[in-house]
Amino acid sequence: MSANPLRPAWLALALLLASLLLLLLGAGVGSTGWESVWRLAAPDADPLAWQIVRDIRLPRTVGAWLAGALLGLAGAVAQGVFRNPLADPYLLGSASGASLGVALAMAALGVSPFALQGLLRLGITGAAFAGAVGAVLLTLLLAKGAHNTMRLLLAGVVVGVVLGAASSMVLMLSPEIMQAMQSFMLGSTSFVGWGACALMAAVLALVVLLAWSLSRVLDGLALGESTALSLGLPLAPLRLLLIVVMALATGTAVAQTGLIAFVGLAAPHLVRSLVRAMHGWLLLLSAGMGAVLLLGADLLARWLIAPQELPVGVLTAVLGGTYLLWLMHRRNVQEIA
Amino acid sequence: MTQAWALETESLCVSLGGQQVLHELALRLPAGRWTSIVGPNGAGKSTLLRALAGMGHEKGRVLLQGRELHAWNGRARARTMAWLGQNQAAAGEMSVYDVAMLGRLPHQPWLGAPSALDHAAVEQALRRTQSWDWRARSLGQLSGGERQRVLLARALAVQAQVLLMDEPLAHLDPPHQTDWLQCVQELVAQGTTVVSVLHEVSMALQAQELVVIAQGRVLHQGGCADAATHRALEQVFDDRIQVRAIDGQWVALPRLPAPR
Repeated sequence: MSANPLRPAWLALALLLASLLLLLLGAGVGSTGWESVWRLAAPDADPLAWQIVRDIRLPRTVGAWLAGALLGLAGAVAQGVFRNPLADPYLLGSASGASLGVALAMAALGVSPFALQGLLRLGITGAAFAGAVGAVLLTLLLAKGAHNTMRLLLAGVVVGVVLGAASSMVLMLSPEIMQAMQSFMLGSTSFVGWGACALMAAVLALVVLLAWSLSRVLDGLALGESTALSLGLPLAPLRLLLIVVMALATGTAVAQTGLIAFVGLAAPHLVRSLVRAMHGWLLLLSAGMGAVLLLGADLLARWLIAPQELPVGVLTAVLGGTYLLWLMHRRNVQEIA
Repeated sequence: MTQAWALETESLCVSLGGQQVLHELALRLPAGRWTSIVGPNGAGKSTLLRALAGMGHEKGRVLLQGRELHAWNGRARARTMAWLGQNQAAAGEMSVYDVAMLGRLPHQPWLGAPSALDHAAVEQALRRTQSWDWRARSLGQLSGGERQRVLLARALAVQAQVLLMDEPLAHLDPPHQTDWLQCVQELVAQGTTVVSVLHEVSMALQAQELVVIAQGRVLHQGGCADAATHRALEQVFDDRIQVRAIDGQWVALPRLPAPR
């Protein structure tokens, strides 16, 4: 931890600037590079170039930003609720629930991964969202509510394992969806359209507002459940609400972009290593950090081996893993734990 | 505040992990006085304190200022009664000031910014525990004893009429133990009710009232200067300690078998 932590407002400003810069960059990175952008200004503007920028690059750029923000926020909420720096948005089973939903939808519909045809696409994102949220509800049910965090974590592990096994089963029975599933599990922003962006933006606004209004609970929890109770916080219902917020944010992001690794885990860590703040700021900054991380990783994924592209989930996993290793070396493990 | 009893329990039963820890416990703690709860390990001291604070009792009644705990509004109860726990897992990243400010949570409107009164209470609490100088540091940068003083400041910042403390002297060095003692005496002089669980019997004897418990039952309750209390104290510790007066203070000394 640095001796002089940054002021939260400065980090917020930096994240805002980085977001703007990356959004601009996002318009120019793609198979035809900046050429498509330059051509827009020319008098003989190429309608195809305009279409590429407007219908493909911009929505996926904005989509990556929004999905990153959702995951960053969900990660900060998870780490606050479970008072565990290793908590991530997927720890209550959302990831395997979403996978199972997608596997079932694909097997039933017999389609390619992120089919662009409206209805099929809707079917798969819907199944992913339903799977993610359903898994969390199942976890809550098994843990008999949100009273006991240890029981919740264990139930989350059980649900994760069982649903994971179930989706493996589906995969085995219908091997033709193998490749499509693979790309969902790695995560990708390539098929995010404006409709998905609008949906994610609406959910993001809702969960940021909800989480922020509950930030006091997370502050109170920082000194342990007993202290929070002694401070008059009605812990059980509020914790349930926070878990719902987390499930909603995670489910929405996962439905549109697949299982993107590490953003939700790394974003709050990164924020906390830079600033010292209460959860009101921590939540907002984690969302911003997640957004910048995922958008940055997405741009890299598109640019590194252009005109081919890497699955962004691979990149976030490699970058996120490296970052955590570096963090472990920089701080002693005691402080992380 | 004219209630004679700050806290009362009636046939209080608590089980932990299927084992009954407190048995039909009846207790009355006088308002505006300092009561220490002592007893052997596993007697149920901390469990009793937690039950008094409204955390997990399954049978019987706990009354705060004559009103049953669950009849209280959560925030009003939190303003009236503060609790300092044992081994509170502390979030390393929070600043000392922010930790102490948590004590003001029950005083603040939901999402409201801290008022001048809140800031004043936090400063007073931090100065009282000599931790004002580290207000900008994070909890993770402090030693165990320093951290305990910050957590104590957090509890003091509530400015509650009833203050419950479980092993508040943990990790504190002797000068800061004396500071704590002075602080408690000042609080009681101002009319605060203090209830503490202390394993250090000599420290517990500095209180005004002593409650001796063993195996989840109250064995004795009485003034710290009473001979009957001293006898109960020696008995509950198997006569392995003796209570003596030194310079006008009661202290507990180990009683060793006479050398042959």
